[in-house]
Amino acid sequence: MRDFVYDRADSADAAQTAAKEGARAIAGGTNLLDLMKHEVETPDRLIDVNRTGLDQIEEADGGLRIGALVRNADLAAEERVRRDWPLLSRAILAGASPQIRNRATTAGNLMQRTRCAYFYDLGSACNKRSPGSGCDALNGVNRMHAILGTSEHCIATYPGDMAVALVALDAEVEIAGANGKRTVPIAEFHRLPGDRPDRDNVLEDGEIILGVTLPKPTGGAQVYRKVRDRRSYAFALVSAAVDVTVEDGKITRAALTLGSVAAKPWRSNEADKVLVGSEPSRKAFENAADRLLQGAQGHGENDYKIGLARRTLVAALAEATGIDIAGDAA
Amino acid sequence: MAQHQITLTINGTERSLALDDPRVTLLDALRQHLDMTGTKKGCDHGQCGACTVMANGRRINSCLSLAVMHDGDTITTVEGLGEPENLSPLQAAFLHHDGFQCGYCTPGQLVSATAMIEEIKQNWPSVVSGDLEKVSLSDDEIRERMSGNLCRCAAYANIVDAIREAAKAEGVA
Ligand SMILES: Cc1cc2nc3c(=O)[nH]c(=O)nc-3n(C[C@H](O)[C@H](O)[C@H](O)COP(=O)(O)OP(=O)(O)OC[C@H]3O[C@@H](n4cnc5c(N)ncnc54)[C@H](O)[C@@H]3O)c2cc1C
Ligand code: SF4
Ligand code: FES
Ligand code: FES
Repeated sequence: MRDFVYDRADSADAAQTAAKEGARAIAGGTNLLDLMKHEVETPDRLIDVNRTGLDQIEEADGGLRIGALVRNADLAAEERVRRDWPLLSRAILAGASPQIRNRATTAGNLMQRTRCAYFYDLGSACNKRSPGSGCDALNGVNRMHAILGTSEHCIATYPGDMAVALVALDAEVEIAGANGKRTVPIAEFHRLPGDRPDRDNVLEDGEIILGVTLPKPTGGAQVYRKVRDRRSYAFALVSAAVDVTVEDGKITRAALTLGSVAAKPWRSNEADKVLVGSEPSRKAFENAADRLLQGAQGHGENDYKIGLARRTLVAALAEATGIDIAGDAA
Repeated sequence: MAQHQITLTINGTERSLALDDPRVTLLDALRQHLDMTGTKKGCDHGQCGACTVMANGRRINSCLSLAVMHDGDTITTVEGLGEPENLSPLQAAFLHHDGFQCGYCTPGQLVSATAMIEEIKQNWPSVVSGDLEKVSLSDDEIRERMSGNLCRCAAYANIVDAIREAAKAEGVA
């Protein structure tokens, strides 16, 4: 690990001032320290944001405001979240381990970096870690990689679970910078790589995350389904978050989001709309999945993800609507 | 001169530590600076759970935390769970059920399971909980909740037996 100067902030303002001066926030440390040990991340200055008081969950306009420092374990166990946003609880609980969730924070989770093995390996070409060096994953080991929104410069995924649920739930990210506060819809927070894969999201230098807000609960049926190599303590190959409302036998509202298929949680208004007005059925779910996966492209080892994502989304929708899809045509 | 003066209350005893280097993890502070070698280093990257300790009552991976971030915190390590002549019920259950072979992962398993039983008492859900609002103890729950602790010897079956017995003895069902 490279040496750094360590300071502790006792307020959000102090954290933001330090960030403006070039310090890097450290929250739970569960991603940043791992990457610093590998020397993938080499900040000169760390600002410890754990004691900034941003660790509260409050009611806000019928929804919730979740402070940046709220631990993943606390958010998943929060009574209102369990009752009104079970999708969020389940997505968080599907990630990492209890020990990590006890430390990991809301902001740190959003900011976590890709798990692309070449990104971690200083000996490999990686445009995200070292812009302009190339991308060894393109023709390499890319089983975990993205099938949507990729570029010739990077095919990495955003690997997290929590953000997939937050996108389906229409959350917003509250950001503080030199020019005051701004709010970004979570669906616009993470970036596609384009020709700047080094930039994972829209947070600018000198900005910090203050928290995440959830709008009031939709009352829909919510399911998070995660497919992984082992049953626990593994990143998703593919995940699906769905929130659907059925009234009088017809779907009246749907939010479908796929995880670990792109550099951001993947949702489209068009795919959501495919379901609205139709009766829940395998055919309707497949149509919506095909719409959401339009343009999906494998890179060899990850070709399987297209079919897996489709089946995972269909299964999540079937579970949410109580439809039995066993035996129906594929 | 040491740049970082920190105080930790470890297993009930206040310990002061002068660190020249902020890079020292909580794990290395315990093992290298305080000679408390009960807590083990497996992967050093948050992937195995051998380094599990409790910070302010919560289980964490001490390898992924800087010691300076814990100034003022209360830390419980495996040395704080019981004594050779006075084992904690969970430690006794691990012995009774052969919950280990080489024993390297065991300190982490013990601290983790001790905290896990508390989490269930607080009705914390897990991803395998059918009902998020009402949690109960099943073998599936134990396995899921202990998934952050790997055992290279694969003593898993006996670890689950030991934890089930200790939890039941505490009235956790
Ligand atoms: C073995 C292992 C398995 C895992 N498995 C999963 C999994 O299955 N699913 C999953 O979703 N995640 C998984 N994770 C990742 C884990 O969720 C993240 O490491 C964690 O959420 C990061 O949060 P943190 O608070 O520890 O962030 P830190 O490590 O402290 O920080 C991460 C980044 O966030 C920035 N940051 C932190 N707070 C702020 C702020 N307030 N404003 C601006 N920037 C900020 C930091 O500067 C840094 O860049 C796993 C991690 C490990 C080690
Ligand atoms: S996929 Fe992205 S992160 Fe992975 S090697 Fe290529 S540029 Fe780097
Ligand atoms: S040594 Fe900390 S998790 Fe492996
Ligand atoms: S007993 Fe050997 S690693 Fe678990």
